[in-house]
Amino acid sequence: MKKVDHVGYSKYFIADEKHLEFHDRRLWALRKARDAEVSNITEWEELRGLASAIKEHTLTHLADYLEEFECNAKANGVIVHWASDAQEHNRIVLEILQSRQAKVLVKSKSMLTEECEMRPYLEARDITVVETDLGERIQQLDKQMPSHIVVPAVHKLATDVAELFSRTIGGKPDERSIPALAERQRQATRPLFLNADAGMTGCNFAVAETGGITVCTNEGNADLSANVPSLHIASIGIEKLIPKLEHLGVFVRMLSRNALGAPITQYTSHFRSPRQGGEMHFILVDNGRSERLAMDDFWYSLKCIRCGACMNTCPVYRRSSGLSYGGVYSGPIGAIINPTFDLKKYSELPFASTMNGSCSNVCPVKINIHEQIYKWRQIVAENNELSRAKKQSMKLAGKVLASPKLYRTAVKGALIAVEGLPRAVLYNPLNLWGRQRELPEAPPQSFHDWYEQRKAKS
Amino acid sequence: MNSRHAILNRLRQAQPAARDLPAIPLFDTARLNTVDDFRAALARMGGIWREAPANGGPEALIAELFPKARSVVTAVPEVRGTRHICDVRYPQELDDVDVGVVRPAFAVAETGSIWLSEREYRMNALGYLPQHLVALLDPADIIGNLHQAYRRREFFDARYAVLMSGPSATADIEGVLIRGAQGVRSLTIVPWPKGHR
Repeated sequence: MKKVDHVGYSKYFIADEKHLEFHDRRLWALRKARDAEVSNITEWEELRGLASAIKEHTLTHLADYLEEFECNAKANGVIVHWASDAQEHNRIVLEILQSRQAKVLVKSKSMLTEECEMRPYLEARDITVVETDLGERIQQLDKQMPSHIVVPAVHKLATDVAELFSRTIGGKPDERSIPALAERQRQATRPLFLNADAGMTGCNFAVAETGGITVCTNEGNADLSANVPSLHIASIGIEKLIPKLEHLGVFVRMLSRNALGAPITQYTSHFRSPRQGGEMHFILVDNGRSERLAMDDFWYSLKCIRCGACMNTCPVYRRSSGLSYGGVYSGPIGAIINPTFDLKKYSELPFASTMNGSCSNVCPVKINIHEQIYKWRQIVAENNELSRAKKQSMKLAGKVLASPKLYRTAVKGALIAVEGLPRAVLYNPLNLWGRQRELPEAPPQSFHDWYEQRKAKS
Repeated sequence: MNSRHAILNRLRQAQPAARDLPAIPLFDTARLNTVDDFRAALARMGGIWREAPANGGPEALIAELFPKARSVVTAVPEVRGTRHICDVRYPQELDDVDVGVVRPAFAVAETGSIWLSEREYRMNALGYLPQHLVALLDPADIIGNLHQAYRRREFFDARYAVLMSGPSATADIEGVLIRGAQGVRSLTIVPWPKGHR
């Protein structure tokens, strides 16, 4: 497996000023909308604590809750399948479709089906798969992975979408009206909904007590996918379980507020039992989750409810875009989840962080994301997967930081350097941090000098 | 060993030390002024609150709001429309419907959401294939917050249930908000008590 070169991929994105500027601004706007909305909920911090505790309780009793969920779902008339890995998941979906002569599958967004690479698998076997979420459809037509968990095409501008649509679903390549572009997709997708043989959704929450699943969308495309064709298949990651219906109150109050700054998604849909004359299948998928649960430091990442807030707040993500992470999951959560699938391939991702800790602070289920990033760095270093440049600079930093005298000399030198050096030197090509960033003004005095001076005075 | 057993066994081996399940408060001490709070949240989500004229009621309001509508499919006794949902056999038949009319079982003030299941819809696609949706809501059916909503028994009886909060929407292209992404282009809530003619 080829190693993902995060820095290398980011260069393509950074090279284009217009895209970079919009991407950064749009995601920061989501972060600000989140802050404004969350500040209206006086019990927000209490909700975070509850959400985290419910998830930790469930994960430490996961086998029991999965059995309870399965038992209730079966009693409701749902056909329940279990898949150990992506291949088994894809095979089950294909078997369900083929045994019912289904050729066209309409689906709503699901990170799990991305993780399983289900679309190419089915398409190679003569099944037409249609993503119906606008952003996800854009990414499907452009043969790219989603670049963000919640807003899959956020790295694209309307000009890109117009050009893409003109060579796929029609329209003028220079269309500048965003409503016209959205309408184009609505009109193109509608006949597919009406003629689909089967519908598929992911799952945000699976409730053991009811045997039902909850799916959150803003477009209503999950409701169309599941309620127009008579066959509904839902792919469910086993970590989506929660014990009771009342626990949805906690998570649904938080999900959209934390993701987009909206009180709730337009549609919060609950599927418990097939409708009259219909058929419903739940596929419970492991695909590495049970192995992750066994990792002492990293099992907390299974609490994730996929709100994307850690991506919106991350300065590295905002300036490199999701595609540069080279995996299904990007941003801070991707930096800690992807290495559990393949440490060699994703060994660079834990370094795509400034360690500012903002991701952990906005996480609705209190995942210690930045601490996990740090722990992955240690593992990467122990496995000798560090790049040469990083090794050299770490060695030097190690020496300087180990000696107070060397350190103070270096700080003094740096203060003078920041003040006196010409821009060409500060922002030279070797200084990765100098790209796309301005250095803050150097303080007139170091903390150590100030402290010594103060001590001398008193 | 089949995958079910393999997964459950792996999980039982892997599960960290048990953690307790906390009790969930209702967070209802700050009582919401249900109708006003519902209207404010609904407006934020892009839904419309419209009173029906005393003379003519919801039927007259629909005629006024959608003068060009040729197909109005109704699931409520208060509106005759052009067709009753019970006369529709397949969801696909709803493709050309201009307006659907429903009555939610209850609504949530905190989020401006209405609750609908197959019992209210008769056919679930009625909430999504028509171009516009009109919902008659008894103001007495508005409850406070989502914690209260998720303690309602209706969830345990419904095969399908949705908390619908405004019309279909997307902001997937440059963050520009579009109403009517895939489902209904507008959602109008009409305060109208049950049995009121």
